[in-house]
Amino acid sequence: MMDRYTKLQIVGIYAAIAVFLTFVLLPFFEMFMASLRPLEHLFRSPYQFWSKDFSFQAYRDMWVTVPLLGRYILNSVFIAGSVTILTMLFVVPAAYAYARLDFPFKSASLGAFLGVNMFTGAVLLIPLYRVLSTLGLLNSYWAMIIPGIAFLIPTGIWLLRSYLEKIPVELEEAAFVDGASRLYTLRRVVLPLAVPGLIVVSTAIFIGAYAQQFLFAITFNQTREYQPLPAGLFEFIGYQSVTWNEMMAAALTGVLPVMVIFLFLQKYLVAGLTAGAVKE
Amino acid sequence: MTDIASPIQKKRRSLPEAWFAWLLIAPAVVFVLIIVAWPLAETFRLSFTDARLGGESYVGLENYTDLAESKKFRQTIVRTFYWMFLSVFIKLILGLVGATLLNAAVPGRGLFRVLVMPPWVIPMAIGMIGWLWLYNGAFGVLSGTAQHLGLIDKAFEFLAYKRSAFYSAVVADVWVGTPMVTLFFLAAMQGVSRDLYEAAWVDGAGRWYRFRRITIPQIMPVIVSMALLSAIFTFNSFEIIWILTEGGPRSATTTLIIDTYKTAIGNFKFGEGAARAVVIVILLAAFSLIYLFFLNKVNKHYGVK
Repeated sequence: MMDRYTKLQIVGIYAAIAVFLTFVLLPFFEMFMASLRPLEHLFRSPYQFWSKDFSFQAYRDMWVTVPLLGRYILNSVFIAGSVTILTMLFVVPAAYAYARLDFPFKSASLGAFLGVNMFTGAVLLIPLYRVLSTLGLLNSYWAMIIPGIAFLIPTGIWLLRSYLEKIPVELEEAAFVDGASRLYTLRRVVLPLAVPGLIVVSTAIFIGAYAQQFLFAITFNQTREYQPLPAGLFEFIGYQSVTWNEMMAAALTGVLPVMVIFLFLQKYLVAGLTAGAVKE
Repeated sequence: MTDIASPIQKKRRSLPEAWFAWLLIAPAVVFVLIIVAWPLAETFRLSFTDARLGGESYVGLENYTDLAESKKFRQTIVRTFYWMFLSVFIKLILGLVGATLLNAAVPGRGLFRVLVMPPWVIPMAIGMIGWLWLYNGAFGVLSGTAQHLGLIDKAFEFLAYKRSAFYSAVVADVWVGTPMVTLFFLAAMQGVSRDLYEAAWVDGAGRWYRFRRITIPQIMPVIVSMALLSAIFTFNSFEIIWILTEGGPRSATTTLIIDTYKTAIGNFKFGEGAARAVVIVILLAAFSLIYLFFLNKVNKHYGVK
């Protein structure tokens, strides 16, 4: 009863949602439309809403214009995948400690971890550049993977901790009473129960890692073969004549991997990420 | 009693809890120390030197006095805060409106919720390549539509003029940030107990009244913490401005982060860049502390522990 709307209210709500979604989705829609237009129609002024000869030609030509496009997309997936796996190796034990164990400096160290979120890579670029250069890691995949891990560890710990806290502690106590070691309990009791949480957190980290590559890539890597997609495409934007239709086709193709993963897991992902916003 | 090992005795025999905990967090701590904390300390040190590609020597406070005397740098600070406050304010308002709409009990809301998220999921840099095209004066849809509607009589290059470039960057930043704010507000709204609304409804409270007197106070802690998070992200936002304008035209979109990047990485003036980075850290830390003080008061006021 309380949620009943009048017809007029329903129309109003849908209209407002439509305006909101238009703002959110317009760039995607325009990118897609531009990717379908032949170049000579794209460069027609003033802007035409409809072109007669939409085609998917740009999706074929882009592989020629951006010869390394396939490589860029693979690089993006490879870098984000490596960052995810390595970050999880750091995050899982730490998150368990914060969720279950009691130790000195617990909240202080957790606070310090979260403080890392205050600095973006941009503030630390100068010394990071020198560290990576000293280690001989500039212009390699590592130059983009290592800083990526450091900036995702805090978020990962935070997310997984709140998930682990929801697992009943009684099972662990039972295993412990039966004589299982702490490490055995973690490995055989806690981790299997935490699989859904692990999936949510690693997906969140993957999306984060896919998104944050640009800055590290343009700063620490000059080797074209190693560039991830955003950095690889950005290079073409500077050219005199940008083939915008192919650029848009390439950009949309490049975000497909992360969009697909997101669509499959969006329900769990959103619930997991926003868990902190909901009062228990 | 003595021949059966009690759980307590077992516990004593295995690793003490604190040691085990430190062992578990040690790898993460060490990694973050090397990649974040040490560079941070190094940034402080470099800010007192004139480090360049060739070498470095100690110059004391020179970098800082230069910054303090620079009118341009003061303008950059003011511009950065203006950029942050304006953008965060719009994000919070849009987030609140969006979350309220998506929370309305109408058919299709599940789909709408998914459709809000793409700007958050895709790499910012890719989204900005899209916005570059939207802002294109001769061929872009925004200038084109305005011409068709007769709002302007010739092509308008959004990113070519100081004022329009700045506000165009704000719009793009709002576009990137709004989905996350919306989703967090939505989650918080869904966590508000229905009993409160029903009680108010029975007493004859209208929607607007319920929104103002129940929803807003109930989700206030989330609003306040999202505002801080969003402020930090916006303050540090690099990709959006870099791809759209690289800080131009004539520095109109140069925020502290862009200025730092240009100085340090673009011109290899590591020392001067480091001083700018330190200013960023200090400003952000000061802002966060003042804000957390305020957050504490708000939480107390709304009865959150």
